Amino acid sequence: MIPASFDYHAPRSIGEALSLLSSLGDGAKLLAGGHSLLPMMKLRFAQPAHLIDLNRIAELRGIREEGTELVVGAMSTEADLLGSAIVRSKVPLLAEGAASIADPQVRNKGTIGGDISHGDPGNDHPALMLALDASFVLTGPKGQRRVKADGYFLGIYATQLALDEILTEIRIPIPAAGSGWSYQKLKRKTGDFATAAAAVVLQMKGGNVARVAIGLTNVAPTALRAHAAEAALTGKPLNEASLRDAARLAMSICNPAPDQRGDAAYKTAMCGEMTRRALQAAAARVRT
Amino acid sequence: MAKTLPVSFKLNGKPVAVEVEGRELLIYTLREKLGHTGAHIGCETSHCGACTVDCNGLSVKSCTVLTVQCEGAEVLTVEGLERGGTLHALQQAFHEQHGLQCGYCTPGMLMRAYRLLQENPNPSEQEIRYGMAGNLCRCTGYQNIVKAVQAAARKLSAAPAAA
Repeated sequence: MIPASFDYHAPRSIGEALSLLSSLGDGAKLLAGGHSLLPMMKLRFAQPAHLIDLNRIAELRGIREEGTELVVGAMSTEADLLGSAIVRSKVPLLAEGAASIADPQVRNKGTIGGDISHGDPGNDHPALMLALDASFVLTGPKGQRRVKADGYFLGIYATQLALDEILTEIRIPIPAAGSGWSYQKLKRKTGDFATAAAAVVLQMKGGNVARVAIGLTNVAPTALRAHAAEAALTGKPLNEASLRDAARLAMSICNPAPDQRGDAAYKTAMCGEMTRRALQAAAARVRT
Repeated sequence: MAKTLPVSFKLNGKPVAVEVEGRELLIYTLREKLGHTGAHIGCETSHCGACTVDCNGLSVKSCTVLTVQCEGAEVLTVEGLERGGTLHALQQAFHEQHGLQCGYCTPGMLMRAYRLLQENPNPSEQEIRYGMAGNLCRCTGYQNIVKAVQAAARKLSAAPAAA
């Protein structure tokens, strides 16, 4: 399987990539890790006339702490996230999520920015970003804008990223010290997308939930933030009744596409179970 | 004739130069232009790992890397493992531990195991299974592959110069 012909461009800077994107128009696609786009091109689901490879742009990589935020260059790979001491100490949920993605070879190529911008509801970073309340820096010909993860994902393969923009940075507020976290992903095998998955960041105070954020993977046309489940938990202890309630409310917003991983009812039920497990695992990690 | 681009890289330590279309995948360049047929074409969808090679010190699936992306790179394939007629410790261990049956997945297994042992010279069984999870074998049930990687790890740590 070989992709259809295209012209290949390998800019060295964000500015050069933006000029190419503007001059080549909507026949151009950005190439990040290539492990979603190249398979789609082999199958002719995508046939861009131009491919703009972002892999030679050094300024798009790197992970740093800036004030209260973790700043991740969009072309940082899953392996970069896993190998980063700062990710493990400041936002360990991101490392746990990255470890659940694909396999070692794919994690060496696949990038956080590509995973977010592709708009595939099966990708894992969107729900992680929702649970972490991340923002995305989109750079275009008129400069930068900052967009919240909650609201960024519009539909299958559709995000707020405009055709002339590049996702350049992911900015993640560092969770308060002592927060619990977990990403629980049900998958049939290594390399498969989630049947359902849930990401949780949790803070407790005096035995009650002080703050909780829940992101859901692959149970709707986009990743979902489970606002109603979060609201129902806030101010309450985590017990059988509140966990059941949270799982029910998370399930109530699911609208999964049936496929070989299961029918809608099964995937919805698994989303409830992943939500429950992620809350329990996060609670076990809370330090007060 | 579609437009081609010159690409130069090092293959198993030796400089090579090819002319390729932008769309050409590394696995095809290795096999069809450079005569290195060790890396196999399996699924072509980046699942099976039969095409695994080492690129700039990282394991990659060469069915999902464009050759043009390898400009200036250091590429290692299974052909680069043996030295002067002596099998690499991993190749010897796969032979001794029966880490293969049909052999189709073996070049990819060897290249991934080679890099895994560079990254982690003394992996646990669990680390081997997680680290090799991108390589599928339909014959062995993996048990002997794990044993082979463990045996090679022991041999290499006893004589690190052989790595």
